Amino acid sequence: MATGLRIKTAAELRTNYLRREMFPTIFCDGCGIGNVLNYTLWAIDEVGLDLDRTVFVSGIGCSSRLPGYINADGLHATHGRALAFAAGIRAANPDLTVIVFTGDGDGAGIGGNHLLHTIRRNMDMTVILVNNFTYGMTGGQSAPTTPDGGFSSTTPYGNIEHPLDICELAKALGAPYVARWPVVSPAQPVKSIAEGIRKRGFALIEMLTPCPTAYGRRNGLKEIEQIWRWYREHTVLLDEWEWVEQFGSPEEREALRGKLKIGVFQDTERETFEDRWAALVARERL
Amino acid sequence: MSTHRELIRRALGPRVQFVQGDDACAYGAVLAGCTFFAGYPITPATEVAERMAEILPRIGGCYIQMEDEIASMGALIGASWTGAKVMTSTSGPGFSLMQENLGYAIMTETPCVVVNVQRSGPSTGQPTMGAYGDMMQARWGTHGDHEIIMLCPASVQEALEITIVAFNLSEQLRTPVLVFIDGELGHMRERLVIPDDDEFELVERPRATDRASYRPFAPGPDLVPPFAPFGSGFRTFVTGLTHNEDGLPRASSAAVHDQLVRRLAAKITSHLDLITRYEEFYADDCEIAIVAYGITARTCRDVVEEARRRGIKAGLLRLISIWPFPEHVVARWAERVRAMLVPEMNLGQIVHPIREAVAGRCVVTPYARIGGELHTPAELLEALEALQWQPA
Ligand code: SF4
Repeated sequence: MATGLRIKTAAELRTNYLRREMFPTIFCDGCGIGNVLNYTLWAIDEVGLDLDRTVFVSGIGCSSRLPGYINADGLHATHGRALAFAAGIRAANPDLTVIVFTGDGDGAGIGGNHLLHTIRRNMDMTVILVNNFTYGMTGGQSAPTTPDGGFSSTTPYGNIEHPLDICELAKALGAPYVARWPVVSPAQPVKSIAEGIRKRGFALIEMLTPCPTAYGRRNGLKEIEQIWRWYREHTVLLDEWEWVEQFGSPEEREALRGKLKIGVFQDTERETFEDRWAALVARERL
Repeated sequence: MSTHRELIRRALGPRVQFVQGDDACAYGAVLAGCTFFAGYPITPATEVAERMAEILPRIGGCYIQMEDEIASMGALIGASWTGAKVMTSTSGPGFSLMQENLGYAIMTETPCVVVNVQRSGPSTGQPTMGAYGDMMQARWGTHGDHEIIMLCPASVQEALEITIVAFNLSEQLRTPVLVFIDGELGHMRERLVIPDDDEFELVERPRATDRASYRPFAPGPDLVPPFAPFGSGFRTFVTGLTHNEDGLPRASSAAVHDQLVRRLAAKITSHLDLITRYEEFYADDCEIAIVAYGITARTCRDVVEEARRRGIKAGLLRLISIWPFPEHVVARWAERVRAMLVPEMNLGQIVHPIREAVAGRCVVTPYARIGGELHTPAELLEALEALQWQPA
């Protein structure tokens, strides 16, 4: 593989990282959340994380069930509040690695304010945000990320609200690492999650993840082949997007509508809350 | 290099001080070993956070101001799971926002202390005026069946001491403990003597020791499961869902839910001896009792003295622990008095469990005062005199 990852087999990952008693998962057939788990485990393995010193935190929703499946400390918190719980862990014990799983509704809807302020503080954690355009666990209601015109159980005539671009938001807030990838191929997500974990500071990796059950079936995306084709056709690499915006023909530019940018939105350095607090304590401690 | 206890002493300053109730709560927390505070500014509780922001970096702890009270409570729980002793402070509107995560802390057996410096509501109400309007919210504010521990000090000195007790109970029973004062006591300055370390006891949460036999929510003999902090290699999964003793979600099992929720309640109700605190004045030959708590009880003490001078056999039962409600104590008083006067700085909240405990054995008369003013001795004396003519 181009990234040079030492990819382990599924069986190896299972024995090393999963909490057997929790299986089978709650995920529906064709759900992409399993892929996100798989990519995360690969990335953890690549980084060589010590699971005794790693806490997985989540809120509420389908993707927020992920910490339960990993054999490590896990905090399955309240809806939307994963980042607040995670902030407490990091502030109280900066030696622990914190990885957060959250959904689009959990992380950017009800938890939007925590997202904003956790990025502003630049707390050192890796947030894997599973965006499936809907509230899956409650049966497919519209979310802050539901595409324009998208059908859901609460937008039966099509969504009239403008969707939120979580990565653009995170980038504007100064998150040191921001990336978005669809689940349809493993290489870039695994690389980004690994980079996110290594990054000192807030890292957000948004995973575009199909939900055939709650979102897909209302929007012609129920079959696996359809879904994966849709994600390939509706995502455009950042460089390509910028090139089209600058130099593309009007038709090419028009073709960007309704599509999503993918790639690494930001990769920079910024002092973390934890480092600044440690410096303050070093200065003020009696 | 000085020890942590010495650092605490130096950070707190002189042994005798003239400070506010809010300050005393912060001092009590630090003495109890609190090293983490997450909070959000709100009148009249802000000074608790301000003191913690000053002290914690000086003793190597952490203060973090969160984006709201929901986040404060969340951060508190996260920090507590790293093994730290943690506290937040707030007032009515903020306490309302904390309810969901307070329930989470109960369900996940997370030690934490919440100070509520109460003000008048509903809603924004009277931010700078004292009240005791959250007494029932404290009991039933978070959803679902649960018990809660709440303590109500009546002086600046007691605010410090009770905050230490709150930490001890929270650690020992692995449950949130509420310290409730009000805007008057919170902002009132009194002489405070910071106790020496040998004048109070410190309790730590029971710790899990053996990884092989570790089951995160399997209770010990006193119904409290031993705790393993995050990062200690015990690999605990914590969820607010109904979970079995291994911590694994069993959300649709009636049996698991029944067992868990009953144990969480019993863990508290079986430790009434540990929790219950009250003070009695003229209990022995009392005919007309005042039952009071918090700052109101201070006025009542003078009222009882004056009533005695006037020949009324008055007495005072001052409740310090409010939840779980000390039913047996009130019931004992109900056996021998003719009437109980219950002055409260709300429209009548604790009068309800009092009536339940009294169960018709004597007259129970509420005396409500709201708007931010304290009961005056004169009006309470008048109320006592009127009760004197109650038929036995
Ligand atoms: S409802 Fe959607 S997101 Fe949830 S498990 Fe099923 S497919 Fe996945």
